[in-house]
Amino acid sequence: MKLSGYIDGIGVLGPGLNSWAHTVEVLCGKQPYHSVPTVLPVPAMLPPAERRRTGRVVKLALGVALEATGSAGADPAQLPSVFSSSGSDGHICHEICQALALPAREVSPTRFSNSVHNVAAGYWSIATGSMTESNVLCAFDASFVAGLLDAMTQIIVDRRAVLLVAYDTEYPPPLHAKRPIPDGLGVAMVLTPERTPRSIARIEVELTSDVADKMPEPELEAMRIAIPAGRSLPLLRLLASRIQGCAILDYLDVSRAAVRVEPCT
Amino acid sequence: MTSGVAMTPSVAMTPMKPLVLSQFTATSCIGSGVAATLASLVGQRSGLKPCDFETVKIDTHIGEVAGVDAQRLPENLKIFDCRNNRLAELALRQDGFLDAIEAAAAFWGRRRVGVFIGTSTAGIMQTELAYRARDPKSGALPSSFEYGTTHNSFSVADYLRRRCRLEGPAVAVSSACASSAKVFGAARRMIEAGMIDAALVGGTDSLCLTTLYGFHSLQLSSPAPCRPFDVARDGISIGEAGAFALLEGVSERAASDSVLLYGVGESSDAYHMSAPHPEGLGAKRAMLAALASASLDAGDIDYINLHGTGTPSNDRSESQAVTSIFGPTTPCSSTKGATGHTLGAAGALEAVISVLAIQNGLMPGGVQTNRIDPNLTAHYIKENRRAPLRRVLSNSFGFGGTNCSLIFGRAG
Repeated sequence: MKLSGYIDGIGVLGPGLNSWAHTVEVLCGKQPYHSVPTVLPVPAMLPPAERRRTGRVVKLALGVALEATGSAGADPAQLPSVFSSSGSDGHICHEICQALALPAREVSPTRFSNSVHNVAAGYWSIATGSMTESNVLCAFDASFVAGLLDAMTQIIVDRRAVLLVAYDTEYPPPLHAKRPIPDGLGVAMVLTPERTPRSIARIEVELTSDVADKMPEPELEAMRIAIPAGRSLPLLRLLASRIQGCAILDYLDVSRAAVRVEPCT
Repeated sequence: MTSGVAMTPSVAMTPMKPLVLSQFTATSCIGSGVAATLASLVGQRSGLKPCDFETVKIDTHIGEVAGVDAQRLPENLKIFDCRNNRLAELALRQDGFLDAIEAAAAFWGRRRVGVFIGTSTAGIMQTELAYRARDPKSGALPSSFEYGTTHNSFSVADYLRRRCRLEGPAVAVSSACASSAKVFGAARRMIEAGMIDAALVGGTDSLCLTTLYGFHSLQLSSPAPCRPFDVARDGISIGEAGAFALLEGVSERAASDSVLLYGVGESSDAYHMSAPHPEGLGAKRAMLAALASASLDAGDIDYINLHGTGTPSNDRSESQAVTSIFGPTTPCSSTKGATGHTLGAAGALEAVISVLAIQNGLMPGGVQTNRIDPNLTAHYIKENRRAPLRRVLSNSFGFGGTNCSLIFGRAG
């Protein structure tokens, strides 16, 4: 079974990757890759009171979602969304577990409400006024393809555009030692059922037993392995170089996703 | 009564192809398995008790499942051991559910059966316990602590796919208290797109300190057993549950008296992280979308299993939303006075309760509620009612303003 659709806009933020345009330059070899910590934008779209409460995971997800919807020319308020992440806010989780280990067990109410896995989806809907549905997923290291599959089934079954946001941020110590995600990485895509003037490429997704593609550059391969959203890098390389091809992305132990790409230019 | 169709949300909503719930099971504080669950509903028994969980010292009530800690996971899956996965294992062993999954896998093929599990807590309690046992010098967590197979939200979905040896797509849905209602939507899309033929759907959420102290900090948990729709309601009672269903396309495997999933409606409030929209606009949108996806009118719904948490704000906004669509006569109730609010498992638990309601012609009256709030105009019932039920709607709403409504019914 093949799921097909079009990609109309992309957003990327990660270590040494500042935007989709910048990522294209890096993946096409026009700019060298420099590993520097991920720079997260202040979510200006949120009211100041809400803005102060948002952590890194929200800033990251909103940043890439805004870039993808902007370049797709899509109205965020009308778009259903799929938010897929291997974890929620690791810093909040650490603070809550630390508080619970102390005799007083004083949990901050704001931290607790922002500890939910759907925190980024909640703030996105508040920021954009979007009352459309948002599915919030986790598949540990397989979270990118899990999100992609859900988004593709939405455009096929409901015949309308969907925003996919895959993002992961780091845990602080001591959890970091158990889940060593080095930094935040987010990848967002606006997927549409029909080709539009903004379409970047047509994609066709199916499950396969083939072995996942690796990145030739050691630093990007390290990112692919270390950050779950990085499992999308072989697909981003094809999209960046605007060549026809097939990227095999890591998914579950028993299957991978083969994503066939046909550029729209 | 207002027509639901006239107010269908502007978003395109394709009518869905109904899916069969060919097997289902539920384990909560009112019973392990559907027979015990049904007996408690018939007897209007609550499973809530004063909180004596672990070392928790909060003046509240809880819905604890008996025998969770005694559960043992299979030897090859020991790495998944935590309260949440023990509860999943306990629930999985009821009602011949494992055999039903095996039969579906044999019929459709292991790669054609997906796994979609809702959870909000997963096994975070393992991390809570690990933080009490940090190395005094280095601060490191104990070497025995496993993150990915316990704390991570995917752990319960991963446990179930390995336990049932299913090889189709697998994912956890984690959108707070709507999680295990939304799994029905995700599975339905995957089946309708042709990626799979059947799905193990459901939810598991377990008691832990994060939710008990967290809801307490927000002043959302009641010291008394929760009283949904009561004039004196003052918060939730946290419970835990594991509830699962086997969802598949209508085929020769389906029994003629099967209960079907007819509609799924989802929406967002776009309002606040931890408070519902005051007029229940998001809830209304989800219910209307569910009606549209089921090609039904408001008048077709015979009973509504409410989200009905027992917080002043949830019940007020939900009552407004329900009345605006269904008017003041459609019977509705919350079963959370019996089970507690099982958070990420509530959607699946109440889906199973809705199916039991249809099969047994039983509208379960809301227990614990004493005097119904006169300002709530929805037709809340406190006593059990017996009547043939063709279509039942179940609501689940969560933090982040996420809403999901499901519609179940008899074939035909």
